[in-house]
Amino acid sequence: MSHHIVEVKNLQHIYSDGTAALKDVSFIITHGESVGIIGANGAGKSTLLQHLNGSLEPTGGSIHIGHTPLSKGTLPDIRRTVGMVFQDPDDQLFMPTVFDDVAFGPLNLGYSPADVEQRVSEVLELVSAGHLRDKPPYHLSGGEKKRVAIATVLSMSPDILVMDEPTNGLDPFARRQLMALMRDFEHTRIFTSHDLDMVMELCDRVIVLHEGEVRADGPAEDIFSNDKLLAECRLEKPLSMQGCPVCGGGPARAPKPRSPHHHHHPHS
Amino acid sequence: MASINKAVLDLKRLDLLANNDSGIHRLDARAKVLVTCVFILCVVSYDRYELAALFPFFIFPAVLIALADLPPLFIAKKIALLCPFVLVVGIFNPLFDREVLVNLGPLAISGGWISFASILVRSILTVGAAFILVGVTGFTAVCQALERLGMPQVFAVQLLFLYRYIFVLSEEGSRASRARELRSCGKKGLGIRSFSSLIGHLLLRTWQRAERIHMAMLARGFTGRFHAYRQSSFGKKELLFVLGWSTLFILLRFNNASQLLGTVVTGIFS
Repeated sequence: MSHHIVEVKNLQHIYSDGTAALKDVSFIITHGESVGIIGANGAGKSTLLQHLNGSLEPTGGSIHIGHTPLSKGTLPDIRRTVGMVFQDPDDQLFMPTVFDDVAFGPLNLGYSPADVEQRVSEVLELVSAGHLRDKPPYHLSGGEKKRVAIATVLSMSPDILVMDEPTNGLDPFARRQLMALMRDFEHTRIFTSHDLDMVMELCDRVIVLHEGEVRADGPAEDIFSNDKLLAECRLEKPLSMQGCPVCGGGPARAPKPRSPHHHHHPHS
Repeated sequence: MASINKAVLDLKRLDLLANNDSGIHRLDARAKVLVTCVFILCVVSYDRYELAALFPFFIFPAVLIALADLPPLFIAKKIALLCPFVLVVGIFNPLFDREVLVNLGPLAISGGWISFASILVRSILTVGAAFILVGVTGFTAVCQALERLGMPQVFAVQLLFLYRYIFVLSEEGSRASRARELRSCGKKGLGIRSFSSLIGHLLLRTWQRAERIHMAMLARGFTGRFHAYRQSSFGKKELLFVLGWSTLFILLRFNNASQLLGTVVTGIFS
């Protein structure tokens, strides 16, 4: 399954106004990995993501998706392989109804009406949005829009999922719901986010971008326990790794044990 | 901007009406579009002094509102919103056209007033029919029907996008306007100048959004063609609906029903 590998080599992007958004970015992400790309505002996260499905053309360097170089000729194939979930679901949901929106990709891929019908029903069920299928997107809440936006991408059965700020603007419940959904995916997953707790929970590996360069790349717990690195990149520890705000005691959760260890307050 | 917000909310409500379930709602959209077109054509094709013959046409909106269970007051209010425009169009007729056409006892009514009233009644009928069409069909389905009736796809897609993003754009606009209002502290702010830059920003943001949407479309394999999915059929019911109403409209168009009714009534009493 070499389809799932993302290889970025010396990627460079200079916008037409002269801003160097990406100076030199290289990494390899392999099958099934879940990677968080973090960094300050303007570090180049969104620019980087837009390169992964060819929405932006690199100024220098190269990108391979599953050993296929990204180029004009391979674009259609790569766009099917890399499913991109945009930050603002209003940009992604442009069709009159939820059903039409989710069917948009499969219809473009030339599936038969029966296949489209089945696929749309499946992915809407998967993101628990089956009851929304005939609604127009502007009647949905933020969390519903986000889940439908993910469904529009899943309906094309991508091998790699790329999400820009997935938990942005969601209420705590919708955020948990979305995180549970993303945890169950078997795709190679790449997220950007400022929601470091989400990154901590969902990603084994973290890439820190700083001023257009890869500043650090490693296991999430290593990155998040490196105070110096985080401070330099305008980041901080996930809240779950910081001291308790009530008693100032140790972190609510130690860096790795995945089962949350509950922290009680006898004095509260 | 509050009024724009309200107008958008009303638009959403009109759209939600289309989700109701009634015999009229279930008809194929093409049938409803065709009937509405015939209706509008018949109504606007009258001579400009015609007034009495227009009234029987109210049967169409009345029957549809009743059958489809639409809120009549809501529709009436929507139509009333358009009245100022109609008044502007027609208000000069009574001034310029003073030739007396009808004498009601001592009251002489000029041709101007009659044509003015005719314009008003026609607007109510045609605009009302259009609102009802959207209320029983939904804007999207109307667009798809138009496309299947032969309108070029480019126009249909443009209309759909316009409708989809009117909500997003009006929200963006009202947010920007609210921000301006709050910072102008109840005064005029910078007057018209701040509005021009506000609108400029709105345009630029719309532009950027359009680019992002295009990117989202490309990311999902868009190649310039929209694939229609829904297949609804134009069956017996639809045919009956179209033929029935069209025949009635054409009959009404060529026979003055009001006059006929008048003759019958006066015939009984004489």
